[in-house]
Amino acid sequence: MKSVTVIGASLAGLYAARALRAQGYDGRLTIVGAEPHRPYDRPPLSKEFLTAPATAEGDADPAAEGPLALTDTEELAGLDAEWLLGTRATALDTRHRAVRLDTGRTLTTDGVVLATGAAPRRLPGPAPDGSHTLRTLDDARALRADLARGGPTRVVVIGGGFIGAEVAASCAALGHQVAVVEAAPLPLVPQLGESMAELCARLHGDHGVALLTGTGVRGLRAGADGRVTAVELADGRLLSADVVVTGIGVRPATDWLEGSGLPLGDGVRCDAGCVTPIPAIVAAGDVAHVAGARAEHWTSATEQAATAVHNLLAGRTARTHRALPYFWSDQYGVRIQFAGHRRSGDVPRIIEGSPDDRSFLARYERDGRTTALLALNRPRPFARLRRELARATQPAPTG
Amino acid sequence: MIPVCHLADLPAGESVRLDTTPPIAVFNADGELYAIDDTCTHQDASLADGWLEGCLVECPLHAASFDLRTGAPTCLPARRPVRTHPVTVEDGMVYVHRTAEEDTAA
Repeated sequence: MKSVTVIGASLAGLYAARALRAQGYDGRLTIVGAEPHRPYDRPPLSKEFLTAPATAEGDADPAAEGPLALTDTEELAGLDAEWLLGTRATALDTRHRAVRLDTGRTLTTDGVVLATGAAPRRLPGPAPDGSHTLRTLDDARALRADLARGGPTRVVVIGGGFIGAEVAASCAALGHQVAVVEAAPLPLVPQLGESMAELCARLHGDHGVALLTGTGVRGLRAGADGRVTAVELADGRLLSADVVVTGIGVRPATDWLEGSGLPLGDGVRCDAGCVTPIPAIVAAGDVAHVAGARAEHWTSATEQAATAVHNLLAGRTARTHRALPYFWSDQYGVRIQFAGHRRSGDVPRIIEGSPDDRSFLARYERDGRTTALLALNRPRPFARLRRELARATQPAPTG
Repeated sequence: MIPVCHLADLPAGESVRLDTTPPIAVFNADGELYAIDDTCTHQDASLADGWLEGCLVECPLHAASFDLRTGAPTCLPARRPVRTHPVTVEDGMVYVHRTAEEDTAA
């Protein structure tokens, strides 16, 4: 393999590039990124980045230096890659192994790593000024600037998932008046199950944030100046709003692959080794649908990139991605950590701490076996049990 | 010189976090005492809550790992070292001698 093109310059793309070089690939390496920034860490965007004053960073690009930067000049020199940033891939010709770019250029390449991530779902209808989604650094800068327009602001967060909850917590910490609207009767039930989701939902009320559940959103109302004034709920209620943040999930960024012939459906369909039906095309991160499931976790993106690259260089699925799913969320000063494969019906049992203190460790059980773990502000025992669970559920590596 | 705790209160495998600015984590790694800056250089997480294995501590959030002897990161996602601080024991009390801010590795 003499040339590899990585489409996507975020976490999975960077880790794929690192894995290529670490695994001895010394051919041409091209990395295409739709955003103009170097790879940066997205998790802080809904947390520390949002609550820090914009003046702290001055004119510096937060993706290039400081806590968001995932790489630095020294590493970039070592990776020896051509970075095409601010450039979008618009089509993939699998037969000729050609990637078409929005600059008009076409890259012909031996291997392709698909790492285009995902894009936020949006509400139907127009998006007035003051309405936001949060995925990119530029999104976060726009939201932060809007929140700093002056004085306490009425913020409505649409969607009570992890991003919504983190944004709500950050806005509350900034002194704004915050309401969260969730279509389901309770947020985070698919992730945590009902009883644990209920405990996490209490965090909103603890911090004076209103949680309105069981109602969808009909649309946003705007004033004559084009700025959002209210959120109209499906039941007809109006919530006054100066700023609206919509966090209702993401869609894997596969539009550009329509017509490529690759199997699509909630991401790029891959086998357990992150390999598409064409062995020279692999996928990693939020865009990858691996062995029947798509993860949107930071850790999965890094692990899948290494697996995908290993198989790309091997020319076949020589290794599979089997790591225990893990994610975390920081909200209202509480660190939520989850690991494992929870299925509906698994019974959570609190084995340490107390929900009243918002500090506990819970184990999900099925047929007497642990399937998953949840911790609120219990990082040390969580780390220990997570290791035990990984050992118990993962086959030992062979060879 | 910052008093930490009685040596007896920091058995092997345990750690303690000091609320200094910035916070410092003190570890007992199989009988050897080490002190490093507590906050992971990758993202906001307390290394005192990390997983201790030999002379390495693994960040509880993303599994970045640091060598307690040097403060150097031993794997990604951390790329910058944490500061180390000398530790002494006098009359059964553990003390940290804070390294000056100027010594911060770039």
